[in-house]
Amino acid sequence: MTPDDVLKVLYDETMVGNAPAVLEHTNAGLELGMSPSTILFDALIPALEEVGARFERGDYFVPEMLIAGKAMSGALEVLRPLLAQTGAETVGTFLMGTVKGDVHDIGKNLVNIMLEGAGFHVIDIGVQVPPEKFIEAIQEHKPDIVGMSAFLTTTMPMFKVNINAIEKAGLRDDVIIMVGGAPVTQEYADVSGADGYAADAATAVRRAKELIAVRAGA
Amino acid sequence: MHTIVSSANQTLTIGSDQPFCIIGERINPTGRKAFQEQLRAGDLSAVEKDVADQVAGGAMMLDVNMGAPLVDEAALLAQSVRLIQSLTDIPLCIDSSVVEALEAGLAAYEGKALVNSVTAEDERMELILPLVKKYGAAVIALPNDDKEIPEDPQRRFELTQYLVDKATTKYGIPIEDIVIDPLAMPIGADSQMVVRTMETIELIAEKIGVNMTLGASNVSFGMPDRHTLNSVFLPMAMGAGLTSAIMDARTPRIVTAVKAADLMLGNDEWGMNWIAAHRAREAAS
Repeated sequence: MTPDDVLKVLYDETMVGNAPAVLEHTNAGLELGMSPSTILFDALIPALEEVGARFERGDYFVPEMLIAGKAMSGALEVLRPLLAQTGAETVGTFLMGTVKGDVHDIGKNLVNIMLEGAGFHVIDIGVQVPPEKFIEAIQEHKPDIVGMSAFLTTTMPMFKVNINAIEKAGLRDDVIIMVGGAPVTQEYADVSGADGYAADAATAVRRAKELIAVRAGA
Repeated sequence: MHTIVSSANQTLTIGSDQPFCIIGERINPTGRKAFQEQLRAGDLSAVEKDVADQVAGGAMMLDVNMGAPLVDEAALLAQSVRLIQSLTDIPLCIDSSVVEALEAGLAAYEGKALVNSVTAEDERMELILPLVKKYGAAVIALPNDDKEIPEDPQRRFELTQYLVDKATTKYGIPIEDIVIDPLAMPIGADSQMVVRTMETIELIAEKIGVNMTLGASNVSFGMPDRHTLNSVFLPMAMGAGLTSAIMDARTPRIVTAVKAADLMLGNDEWGMNWIAAHRAREAAS
């Protein structure tokens, strides 16, 4: 196989969520001397982006997005340490958590997979995350973006509580804040004081990249 | 076991020897952008149509949820309960995660309502069950605690047992007024989701025997051809012991699948409901 063949297989197999094949060809590519960032940026990430685009159009469904993400995650396990050695840049660090009072995590996990697929370094601090834990995690990991998920109308007010706490801790200007979850709307995100909102996982990735680009330009 | 709910003029019995209780899910702003905007403007006209469509479709109860962002949920819930009760005699399920809204809805309601919902968290029980008791309502209870929505059917069963024990002994709720939600999750997120829900339903039906309801449309979230999935899921869950669902009452295929399952499960004697529904369709066409 030539490196181009490997890239093509990786792209195709990621699109259909064939985790064993993606892992096998990631290893095969590395043995051929391909760089981990070539594998990531020329095959895996474009595949996941296409998955996201199809999902947004309604051509792909939730399970297809999940298995494509899982296939990608398997390859990332191999690539991550190598990428760290070569000092390849990530798109950004994304700190993610479901707010206090809320235990829902399916949507959050889906967004995590898509973000990782798009080249973000994702730190998931779980469900039921109180404001002080968001603050500690921001101090420890210095993320570019903090994502907060809420699935209930009763837990959505935690966005504002968290954002106020982050502001009080003097960290608000250090991070971009994105919110999401089934009952959340753009209007509610604005009222909460968040910088960004997305209605689904694919849009969340696109929005996250836009926000980072805007900040880099500013 | 029979759970009896009512409006001012109508009584409805939920039980494993009764036709499946179809609770219409539609009066809920989640995911309905235009409806959310109407609610923010205090416009309840969409509710009138939702009531008419669901009742015509075969709903035997209606779930009422006003949980839109940036609205006065308590005031809206009370207002819509009064409006709906002026339009239909079928009983209502008062749905909110905000305690003040539940209280306002219950205060406005005439009859014995079903409250949606409480969880196995001590804090939530302490807030909601005294209200249920005060208004003599029935209540939907979810077996999740403050840490997780358990995947394991055995764990869901244990939390159900805990809920039932607490609600009956500490809060004095009669066991027949507790309706357990065995938690239906999207099959698209994990192919074993529905198997786990079925096992939970079987465990609860066999060992506790309380009535059960769930949000049936969750199952097909994120998948194509949702109506087919919903109309297959419900009869399977009924076979396992589910006695009610908060569901799409406007799609004839789904409601008809439930009615067919009623007949198969022995809850439609001599198929009289099935035959009558057939005649009604013939007459209408």
